Amino acid sequence: MKPAGKSAHESLYFDYPHFEPPTGPARDTLRDPVTVAIIGAGPVGLTAALALAQEGVRSVLFDDKASFNDGSRAICLSRASFHIFQALGIVGAFEGKALGWTTGRSFYRGQQILEFDMPDSPSERFRPMYNLQQQYIEQFLHDAVAANPLIETRWQSALTGIRDTPDGAVLTITDPVESYDLPARWVLACDGARSATRALRGLRLKGENYEGRYVIADIQMDHEYPTIRRALFDPDCRRGGTVLIHKQPDDLWRIDYQLRDDERTEDAMAESAVRAGVAAVLRDIGHEGPWELEWWSVYSANTLALDDYRDGAVFFVGDSAHIVPIFGVRGLNNGLADAANIGWKLGWVLTGRAGPQLLDSYTAERRSATLDVFANATKSARFMTPPSPGWTLMRDAALSLALDHPFAGDLANPRQFTPFTYAGSPAVLADDPAFASGPCPGDLMPEARLDAGFLTDRLQPGFSALCLDPALTRAVNDAAEVGLIAMTLPATPGDHLDAGPATAYLLCPDGHVAARWKSASAALVLEAFRALTFRTGDPS
Amino acid sequence: MTQADLERLYEAMAHQIDSVGADHAPLYLAKLALLLAHHLDDPETALRSIADAARSLDAGPAR
Repeated sequence: MKPAGKSAHESLYFDYPHFEPPTGPARDTLRDPVTVAIIGAGPVGLTAALALAQEGVRSVLFDDKASFNDGSRAICLSRASFHIFQALGIVGAFEGKALGWTTGRSFYRGQQILEFDMPDSPSERFRPMYNLQQQYIEQFLHDAVAANPLIETRWQSALTGIRDTPDGAVLTITDPVESYDLPARWVLACDGARSATRALRGLRLKGENYEGRYVIADIQMDHEYPTIRRALFDPDCRRGGTVLIHKQPDDLWRIDYQLRDDERTEDAMAESAVRAGVAAVLRDIGHEGPWELEWWSVYSANTLALDDYRDGAVFFVGDSAHIVPIFGVRGLNNGLADAANIGWKLGWVLTGRAGPQLLDSYTAERRSATLDVFANATKSARFMTPPSPGWTLMRDAALSLALDHPFAGDLANPRQFTPFTYAGSPAVLADDPAFASGPCPGDLMPEARLDAGFLTDRLQPGFSALCLDPALTRAVNDAAEVGLIAMTLPATPGDHLDAGPATAYLLCPDGHVAARWKSASAALVLEAFRALTFRTGDPS
Repeated sequence: MTQADLERLYEAMAHQIDSVGADHAPLYLAKLALLLAHHLDDPETALRSIADAARSLDAGPAR
């Protein structure tokens, strides 16, 4: 919501563009068949379009709005999301604006009980987390989409019908001029938590709802504090409740505060109530200067997901497939990982570089990643908003004990950086038992310093075979497989790979380890590449 | 004891407190403390913990 007298797209810091629906000659081709239709031009849909374009596949984006989202919504981008933008060649804009951070602090009744650092080191290309308003995320992605000749965007164009055909689906799109039908081979539903596509398909998210409600507000103020996540438990301003504070670019601050059970949501959402709630928080953190209210909303934690992220020709991507509690900062980040995952896979299948079975690994990999997020976020939500007297008593005991005993403060760690693995996916191979340590198949390949730069700066699009032996690199590259490039790692890549002189790691296009061999040969690598792209036994 | 162990204990206690109910929670927690002290077999540490746990029950340093 916006302060009285301000429209949805009036902002203290952001100039919203206005997008027209298709006009003129663009209307002549509205009904032409499309290979991939993407419903929703938010961060997830835009990223999916860019990932497909990187594989040479055309797509058309449809969005029912005339601009970017109002309010800032998601603000935390993880290191993994920055690697996705890096692979798409667009990370520079994000690095130039976002605020990187490593540290979180938790307070109980005004006293610090925990300071935690997420994993970071000079051998990491990116910081563990970045804060950036969602409008900027959408703008930077849209700048790249608008410049890409393989992507067409149709604004003010809502999906109002969908029916299956033997070759995909026929979509009904409604814009201010008319409703029209067009055939699509594949559909990516990136239309968010209230997905119209999901409703039209008659599908429902399943899982848990949590009781605690939070008001979430963005304010602008001149306030001196580093980019550190602050969590206030049982503060003076909100006895029995919890407050979260995040710094964003442009002197914007995100403040979340928990509502008491006896506070009605409608009352708490009134502008005067939000102003009073924010002012109380600011008194607690010692801010005495002026501040301006930008936007506010309310949320409660949920762990909800579809049983299958695919329904015929439709793939569900991002919040349309799953809703996770905000405390794990995995809503948007999870959605971007979905988009990158389906983007390269659909791209490879449509360009004949992979068999259609590769698509079955999308749900297997991304739904299991979501279930991991649920497990961690549920722990976090139970600490932030205890669901019963037992959880409340234990949470209060941990906080009280933490004032004098640091071990108990660790229970307040939000675990925002638990990595996920695709182990068990049909698109990774079994591990080589000769390894004692190092990243297993399914794990994200750890970043490393190479010469003056980083491993991820050197990776080419497609599969990468990282070889210790230069002769193996040459042998793999001599096979000239489309979409597979070998490169040589330094003779001593560090202990973290448990490498021997003939070791090789094979990486998927999304940077996850697909296979590894302590003692590799070109034949092993090439056979694995064919298996992982589901072309084994295919004479073509 | 690892962080994961601590979290398992935390969760088990939360579930058990809910399971015995609010009326029985103080009795349950007192029994638990006695039982843990018995297994600890270190009276001085137990006595120190009995005193430590009484701190900060109602007021942080700011109040």
